[in-house]
Amino acid sequence: MSIPIRTGSRAPTSSARSAGDRIFRVLSLGVAGMILLIVAGIFAQLALGSAEAFALFGLGFLTGQTWDVSMLVFGALPFIAGTVATSVLAMLLAVPLGVATAVFLSEIAPRRLAIPMTLLVELIAAIPSVVIGLWGVMILGAFLRDGVEVPVVGAFGELPFLGSAASGSDLLAASLLLALMITPTIVAITREVLSTIPQSHREAFLGLGATRWETIRAVVLPQARTGIIGASLLALGRAMGETMAVTMTIGNADRLPSGLFDPAQTIASKLATSWGEASDGVERSSLIALGLVLLFLALALVLATRLLARGSLRRSGIGR
Amino acid sequence: MPETTARAKEVTAEPDLEEIEVRELIRVIPAHHARANDPEAGDLPGAMNLDAVSAWYGAFRAVRDVSMAIPSRQVTAMIGPSGCGKSTLIRTLNRMHEVIPGSRVGGRVELDGQDIYGSTVDPVRVRRVVGMVFQRPNPFPTMSIFDNVAAGVKLAGPRPDRPVAEIVEHSLRRAALWDEVKDKLASRAVALSGGQQQRLCIARALAVEPEVLLMDEPCSALDPIATAKIEDLVRELRDSVTIVIVTHNLQQAARISDQTAFFFVDEARSGHLVEIGPTSAIFVAPREQLTQDYVSGRFG
Repeated sequence: MSIPIRTGSRAPTSSARSAGDRIFRVLSLGVAGMILLIVAGIFAQLALGSAEAFALFGLGFLTGQTWDVSMLVFGALPFIAGTVATSVLAMLLAVPLGVATAVFLSEIAPRRLAIPMTLLVELIAAIPSVVIGLWGVMILGAFLRDGVEVPVVGAFGELPFLGSAASGSDLLAASLLLALMITPTIVAITREVLSTIPQSHREAFLGLGATRWETIRAVVLPQARTGIIGASLLALGRAMGETMAVTMTIGNADRLPSGLFDPAQTIASKLATSWGEASDGVERSSLIALGLVLLFLALALVLATRLLARGSLRRSGIGR
Repeated sequence: MPETTARAKEVTAEPDLEEIEVRELIRVIPAHHARANDPEAGDLPGAMNLDAVSAWYGAFRAVRDVSMAIPSRQVTAMIGPSGCGKSTLIRTLNRMHEVIPGSRVGGRVELDGQDIYGSTVDPVRVRRVVGMVFQRPNPFPTMSIFDNVAAGVKLAGPRPDRPVAEIVEHSLRRAALWDEVKDKLASRAVALSGGQQQRLCIARALAVEPEVLLMDEPCSALDPIATAKIEDLVRELRDSVTIVIVTHNLQQAARISDQTAFFFVDEARSGHLVEIGPTSAIFVAPREQLTQDYVSGRFG
């Protein structure tokens, strides 16, 4: 059914306006299409570039433990392991810390304290990662080596899950640094989510004779669950992809680490350290294959976020 | 049902105070106001007494020097124009006002003779005895119907003499909701209609067996039929719990309350008590001209 809006004296302006509308539509379609093209291009380039490596090693590339340039044997497992280990460790530290901080800032702290503290937390997010990396090498790494790792290894020898290198440039240092870097993300998003929970829900529970802590646990946190999951996955994405600070502190050893005190390598840090001097051919192709693996890891994460968010929205009845 | 429909019609007229006629109000005031003069009522628990109560938000004084008595097991209605501090005042009665940052309460609020703002009094305990129902139905969205009602019971810890399920059923029956939800206790509370949600919130508040139930415009978000149900409920609950209800609806106050307190704002926008008395007196023969003008719909 057509509506006669173009009749009468307004017809000329109206057609000029609709021309503008058309131009805008073509433009926005073009930009949106470009995004698709770019993503597809990245995928194609990575797939093409890594073809040689996958042709040579097959899926064994993913499980190969050796990365040897002179023998031309390349396996991704040490880097996958390094990426997963640092990210998971960082998450284990940052999620409780970040959620607790957000709860404190939005539920407990008086405004006078909450405002400057929020600003401070956001400032941490603004520190360039190379600066955090510098701090990690000079202060954190040195402290871990002299204050934690050397004494522990000295006292107990080599422990399982710890390893013995104790150089201060290792999984532990990189994970701690990552935790520091992703905490602000978790705090910021969680705080945002908490602020959307109606005050009357808190008051209703307080009105039943609940303490503030009971209210946070039984009413506030359950309602914020979806948001906290989203915040955590976003932070995990950042942890997996973070390059500079990790490269500077992880010790850059291309082998499976045996423990927290062992140097290791993530996919991102491997690419950053090796790309520049990699020879054409299999090595370069293998590095590109690493990039593809990282991309898939990140993609899986985005999908997981969507599924989790949708699932728990449906359960809590908010997304009806 | 015809009675409900008739009442529903009256409620529909709520925003338009000018249509209210004193004559009509007199008609709807039932005989229950005799209770206001019942000398035995004073011996039951749940009596409150306010002495020069003021409430501030930061520097702004929303309530100024309110002194009044809230007799046990009666319905006290608080009426007055928007911004006259009714909602703020009711929130001082269970120490909910102080939850807002920067807020402050002055004066003395007694519950059965004890100052609830005393230095040794835990606000958490006050709120167990003085329950609250809010303007908008606010069931906990992450909980089932059952868990919503059980939430407060579980806070106090399990009671060996009464299983939680029994308390939940009893509370839902008291809130006249049991028959509607007994087959879907495990489903989400937010799936209920607005009126059912509000009765659920009442059941939730009743489950911890308060002596006093504060209702802050409990029908303002409800349709006329749901409103009528809540009003019926208030009349029934009056026998077992003291009720303080804030309402914008004069007819509602006239229908369900034993005594009515009329509040107004002064030049500094502070709310204060103009007059309090048996509901029939406030609506038919108030002492103050201001009250007379308000209840006859001359302004609002």
